[in-house]
Order: sequence, then structure tokens, then C-alpha cells
Amino acid sequence: MIEYFKRHPDKVIEPLLQHIELVLITLVISIAVTSVLTVIAMRSERVSRVMNNVLAVVYSVPSLALFALLIPVTGLGRTSAIFVLTLYNQYLLLRNFTTGLREADPAACEAAKGIGMTDMQILYKIRLPLARKAIFAGIRLAVVSTIGIGTIAAAINAGGLGVLLLEGLRTIHTAKILWGSILSAGLAIIINRLLKLVENRM
Amino acid sequence: MSVIIYDKVCKRFESSKGYAVDHVSAEIGEGEFITILGSSGCGKTTLLKLTNRLYDPDSGRIMVAGKDISSVDPVELRRSMGYVIQQVGLFPHMTIRDNITAIPALMKWDRKRIDDRADELLSLVGLEPSEFRDRYPHQLSGGQQQRVGLARALVLDPDIMLMDEPFGAIDAITRLNLQNELMRLHRELGKTILFVTHDINEAFKLGDRVMVMNEGRLLQFDEPHEIARHPADDFVSTLIESARSQEHFWTENEE
Ligand SMILES: Nc1ncnc2c1ncn2[C@@H]1O[C@H](COP(=O)(O)OP(=O)(O)OP(=O)(O)O)[C@@H](O)[C@H]1O
Ligand SMILES: [Mg+2]
Repeated sequence: MIEYFKRHPDKVIEPLLQHIELVLITLVISIAVTSVLTVIAMRSERVSRVMNNVLAVVYSVPSLALFALLIPVTGLGRTSAIFVLTLYNQYLLLRNFTTGLREADPAACEAAKGIGMTDMQILYKIRLPLARKAIFAGIRLAVVSTIGIGTIAAAINAGGLGVLLLEGLRTIHTAKILWGSILSAGLAIIINRLLKLVENRM
Repeated sequence: MSVIIYDKVCKRFESSKGYAVDHVSAEIGEGEFITILGSSGCGKTTLLKLTNRLYDPDSGRIMVAGKDISSVDPVELRRSMGYVIQQVGLFPHMTIRDNITAIPALMKWDRKRIDDRADELLSLVGLEPSEFRDRYPHQLSGGQQQRVGLARALVLDPDIMLMDEPFGAIDAITRLNLQNELMRLHRELGKTILFVTHDINEAFKLGDRVMVMNEGRLLQFDEPHEIARHPADDFVSTLIESARSQEHFWTENEE
């Protein structure tokens, strides 16, 4: 296994970097989309519930099936992968964002309204800073989940650590399988730990 | 002239059977210190929240400064009244200064004016500005937090103050001090104050007139000595009796 890395370092490092890139791009797009959805969800409890239910259904569709379903629409490759991963993240992010914002210190929110803040001002000046921990926790969950589900994206030619796994499985190449699984699991565990550290300091 | 007029105001919540506020009619004059007295759940908070449109009445009408408030923008209305909520509700992530001047900051006052106003109000409520302005709410005692809540409500110098049990969780001595300071503020600033309490002694001490409420209804609205002499009904009599019987303990045990 070390031998394999010594002989082809690029065949290990490249998928890893690709994977990290995939996760980062997905993350940025996911947060942008969720932010818009959150503002909509905060306006009405009912809309929020409907959105959460729909996303929960989407989230429960197995990823391989969702990837396959999208091929006719967005084709093979990274765009499809990012689309699917972003879709999954919406469930994790939106739920955490809205609960965090909703449950922000009710007395502070009520006081804010009572002294004459508008709903938007309450959202940005009071709820958002008070919910930062819940929001960050949502982002952590989304990152870890993207690292995991991202390996399956290799099945639609989106690159990443899944390539090592798939190739390894196809050719029964133990070193590739090991590198693929250790790196994806390791990446998820380490990132989770790091983000958890940051979260605990918030 | 009446600055606030309640005209057969009703409010009921879906989840409960009776009215939270039941056909309340009253007129409040400019500069009056009104206390609202009643036991838990009788609708005191609801009546205050109807006054600054945190709730809208199911029926009836509220006039403030000659205008039907249902046609006034709620945010404008709330900024024209000071509001001290029952749970204090300071913003935990902001310093004391930023708590007090949150609305002026949103209104884009300049820095100097904001800082001066914060210091001025801290002194007014008896907190040393240099000591308190940069602290966070959790670094203050309950009583100090309530003072900051009062300062925050005063920041735009409103003519009307709505105060919901502002001295709730405070020991007897601090409470006495705060009561006296509030009476001084009322004399000096000449504001109209609606002050909710379930403490009969506090209500009778502070109020020019007292509203006695029970189960959403306004049972009696009069000067303290009038209520004491001529209670409107059995409920009010019992209330007065209970206060008297407590007094007895002290007079009997005098040396
Ligand atoms: N948001 C709400 N939803 C449903 N019912 C409510 C709501 N707010 C108040 N109530 C009910 O209305 C009635 C009056 O409540 P309110 O808060 O005005 O009482 P209060 O006199 O302020 O009591 P306390 O002294 O305990 O603060 C109570 O029966 C309460 O349960
Ligand atoms: Mg109350």
C-alpha cells in the first residue's frame, strides 16, 4: 500500500485534491442556496414545514439513484454531482439554520420587536448572531456528509476519492481500495474534529 | 387630554376558552403614572402588547395620541413608546451600550451621539457608565439588567412607557430603590407610564391611578385611596383585605 503510493503518488493525491475541491465548491453553493431558502422559510412556519418535508423526502432517496436520475438532465460529470450534493445539503443545512434561528433567545427576540425592530432587523441583528452555533453545526454536518456521499459521485465521472474505490473494486486492487477508504474516512473524521473544535469555541 | 384610549378592547387566544382581555375600556391622561394590578394570567401583559401592536385586538379600538393605532405602522408605533418586557430580554451578544442604543444605531445616529446617549441613560438609571458600558448582559446582576432594560426603553425619549413587571425578580431593598428612582424619573421626565405588577403594595405606591384586572376584565380603575375606600366588587375587596392582613403583622409586631 505504501509501495503503491511511492510508485504513483499522483494517483492518490490527485483524487484527494479533486475530492476536497468538490466538497468546497458544493459547500459554497449549498450555503448560498440555503441562505435564500432560510429567509423564505423564516417568513412563514407553514412554508418552512413544507420545504423541510420535501427536502427530507429528497434526502431519503439513495444517492446512486439520484445521480442516475439526473444524468438525462445534467449529464455525466461534476455539474451533476455538485447539483445532487447541494440538494442533499439543503436538508441538513436548512433544518439547522431555521431551528437555530427560530429558537434564538425568545425574550431577546420579543424585546427586539417590542422596541421597534423590523422582522428583517431582528433576523440579522439578533437571531443570526445568536444562532451562529447551530448554523455552524449544520455546516459541519453538511461537510462531513458531502465528503461521504461525494465518493459515490465517481460513478458519474465526477472524480474524487470514489475513483480510487471504484477502480480498486473493479480490478480488485487492494492498495487502491485501502487508499480510497482510508482517505475518505480520514478526511471526514479529521474535518469533523477540526470544525467541532471551532464550534466549541463559538 | 387623554393620550391613550381603550374602547371595548377584546383579545382571545385560539388555544384558550375565555378572553385574555375582555371588553376593556379606559382613558389615560398625559403624564399619568398608571399601574396595572392583577393575579397571574389576568391579561396584564396582553393589554400592554395590544397597546404597541405586538397583538391586534379581535374587536374594539385603541387610540394613542388621537390616532387609531390600527392605522399606524407597528414599527413606528413601537419606536414612539418605550417597552420594558417582563423577561428583561437583553441581547446577550451585545455590550450594554449596544443594547441600549440598538435602535438609534439602526436609525444611523452618528457614533458620538450614540455614545453620549448611552452614557447619559446609564447615569440616569444609576449605573456608572465607565464601569458598565462595555460589559455584556451576563456580567450583570438581575437588578442591573433590569435597569439596562429601562435605559433601552428610554433611548428614543418616548412620551409613553410600557413597563411589564420591570422589577419582577428583584430583592425587596433594591426594588424599593428602583421604585423610588422610577418615581423620580416620572416627576423629572413627565412621561405617561403604564406599569404592570401583581404586587398590590407596588401598584398602590407607584400609581396615580390603578387598574385592577381579573380574568381579562377591568374591575376598577381609580386612585389608590378611592379603591381602598370603595372597592368595586368582592374580588377587589378580597385583594385589599389580603394586603391589610399583611400590614397587621407589622403593626402588631411594632416595638
Ligand atoms: N401567546 C399566547 N397564546 C395563547 N394564550 C396566551 C398567549 N399569551 C397569553 N395567553 C393567555 O392569555 C391569558 C392572559 O395572559 P397574560 O400574559 O396577559 O397574563 P398576565 O396578567 O401578564 O400574567 P402574569 O402575571 O403571569 O405575567 C392567560 O390565560 C394566558 O394563558
Ligand atoms: Mg405578564
